[in-house]
Amino acid sequence: MTTQQYKPRKKVTGASINRQDTSQPVFNESGIEIKKTYTADDLEASGGVAMVGLPGEYPFTRGIHKEMYRKRPWTMRQYTGFGNPEDTNKRFKFLIENGQTGLNVAFDLPSQIGIDSDNDLAIGEIGRVGMAVDSLRDFEVAFDGIDLEKITVSLTVNGSAAIMIAMYLAMAEKRGYDLAKLRGTAQNDILKEFIGRGTWIFPVEPSIKLVADTIEYCANNAPKYSPVSVCGYHIRESGADPAQEMAYGFVIAKAYTDLVLARGLDVDEFASRLSFNFNIYGNIFEQVAKFRAGRSLWAKIIKEEYGATNPRSMVLRMIAGGGGSGLTKEQPEVNIVRGAYYALISALSGAQTMALCCFDEAYTIPSEDAQRLSLRTMQVLIEEMGLCDTVDPLAGSYYVETLTNQMRDRMEEVMAEVDEQGGIVKMVAEGTIQAKVSAQAYKLLQDIESGEFPKVGINCYQMDEEEPEVEYHPYAEDDARKQIKRLQALRAERDTAAVENTLAKLVDDASEGVNVMPAIMAAVKAYASVGEMTDALVSVYGRYNEPVRF
Amino acid sequence: MNNRRTKGRIRVLIAKPGLDGHDRGAKIVVRALIDAGFEVIYTGLRQPPEAVAQVALEEDVDVIGLSSMAGSHVPYCRRLKELLQDKGLDDRLWIIGGSIPVQDQQALKEIGLDGIFPAGTRLEEIVDFINERCQ
Repeated sequence: MTTQQYKPRKKVTGASINRQDTSQPVFNESGIEIKKTYTADDLEASGGVAMVGLPGEYPFTRGIHKEMYRKRPWTMRQYTGFGNPEDTNKRFKFLIENGQTGLNVAFDLPSQIGIDSDNDLAIGEIGRVGMAVDSLRDFEVAFDGIDLEKITVSLTVNGSAAIMIAMYLAMAEKRGYDLAKLRGTAQNDILKEFIGRGTWIFPVEPSIKLVADTIEYCANNAPKYSPVSVCGYHIRESGADPAQEMAYGFVIAKAYTDLVLARGLDVDEFASRLSFNFNIYGNIFEQVAKFRAGRSLWAKIIKEEYGATNPRSMVLRMIAGGGGSGLTKEQPEVNIVRGAYYALISALSGAQTMALCCFDEAYTIPSEDAQRLSLRTMQVLIEEMGLCDTVDPLAGSYYVETLTNQMRDRMEEVMAEVDEQGGIVKMVAEGTIQAKVSAQAYKLLQDIESGEFPKVGINCYQMDEEEPEVEYHPYAEDDARKQIKRLQALRAERDTAAVENTLAKLVDDASEGVNVMPAIMAAVKAYASVGEMTDALVSVYGRYNEPVRF
Repeated sequence: MNNRRTKGRIRVLIAKPGLDGHDRGAKIVVRALIDAGFEVIYTGLRQPPEAVAQVALEEDVDVIGLSSMAGSHVPYCRRLKELLQDKGLDDRLWIIGGSIPVQDQQALKEIGLDGIFPAGTRLEEIVDFINERCQ
């Protein structure tokens, strides 16, 4: 295999390939050289078909289910949430009426980093980029009238994830659902949050301890719930290439797995509930190969390194369909086309769930029209384009199979590099991985600005355009005030002694280093606020101090 | 207009205001400014206006740059302006970049932002602007 580290490269896409001199090498973003033609010999040289197998069978290169979309199309789960829980509940119902089959909850920044709506730091941020949540009461409102058995819910939250998972479980329990059967997902991948996205609260060590607490708690109490969705996605958004995206996701998933194993759980007790979230933008074949390679590599890791025996532990379940970095503010309608290709790539890659980018999100919180258009894009693929007829339709292509082998090799190289540098937890704590991906993001932007890396509307096929007309999502000051009032009313009417006792117990449990999830559940049920519970944990764990390296 | 306060290299503060954690753009701009020969101070995430004004004062920067991706920049800049005035820093070059909707741009200019660089701005445009205004 020929690979090269990120350097100015000749491109795989149309505009800037040098068609006068076809002897120039072409590389994909992961640094793998792309040949003009692939034959059986290339496939053989890359390792052959040993890892291809059959859909639904180890090593799952071709997909995690035997029948895939023939039996059930992917879950459509648009990322949604804004304003207060009433607004969000309305949008959830709109999406469900339009055929959406799962929910993907966006939280506002105060909720994501453990700040109550009546905290001064929350001014101007309440309900802005997601739904405001201060207490269990907000969850009760947000999910009112939604059947949690029919519609599975994914919570996109990390820093305060342990609290939000507890709120979800407590809300479901109150409504009479059996936790033993309850499905759903939380993002809860704090290591990637230190690399990109940035909603950390506590230092690295207690942060990953909390992730392990949630995995252990769910394994014992809500065994069908997926407490973690490991995100290569945001690491790619921060500057990683596609092979690094998967490799970094896997070293992070291994870090959580190691922590849970150290508590005495068996890998087969929880590995089947780990899920993944990956990015989709870029070269179609590179992405498809990335996912096929990633599935087989993860299966091999869980089976061979961790000794899992249950095949369900080995399958890589994933949400895909997003890729904000691939969208452009210029000529925004072109993002509708990009979104359609994203959905196509996800479908060709065997994703379990799609959350498709909306064309207006380079500007604003997506409008109802943009959300519906994303749903229709997926529905057209399902109903009209034959994407659900057969499993892994690109299998057997000399190119795709060769590239799948090469991408797997590349991912293993990247994982080995991380190990050599002391492991992902150390690299995150020291800021070295952040500096690495940020340097790559800078390099990529330089290549886009120089025209080396083609981007339609940015460095080729530009147009003189007026600032395009798009519908902006307004910020609702009234909703923010309503949210603060609701919280203040709650503080007045709840059982103060119960709140104080449960918070004291949370501090005790955190100090003793035991699993804090039972204490968080008790505090949640006493209607303690997100900020109060976070402060209790901060009093023991402290706050993260961001290392800044360039 | 001459925004240059110190002799030697131009000193630029890049700050991430508010609670948002999307720092890809801020870090790219930091690297571009370093490559352009400026001295750059980067605050890291979640800086309240008080912290930005304080760092700007302590570091005696020529340029105060904000990177905003999550929409809370107008009320934030109103508050920061008061603090900069209090500290006698309102003569420094003040710029903002990121996800800045067009209808916010006029409000930001009225508050006193000297330069607004929405997503998609070429890096050299930012560098040239600072060089011109800080000569």
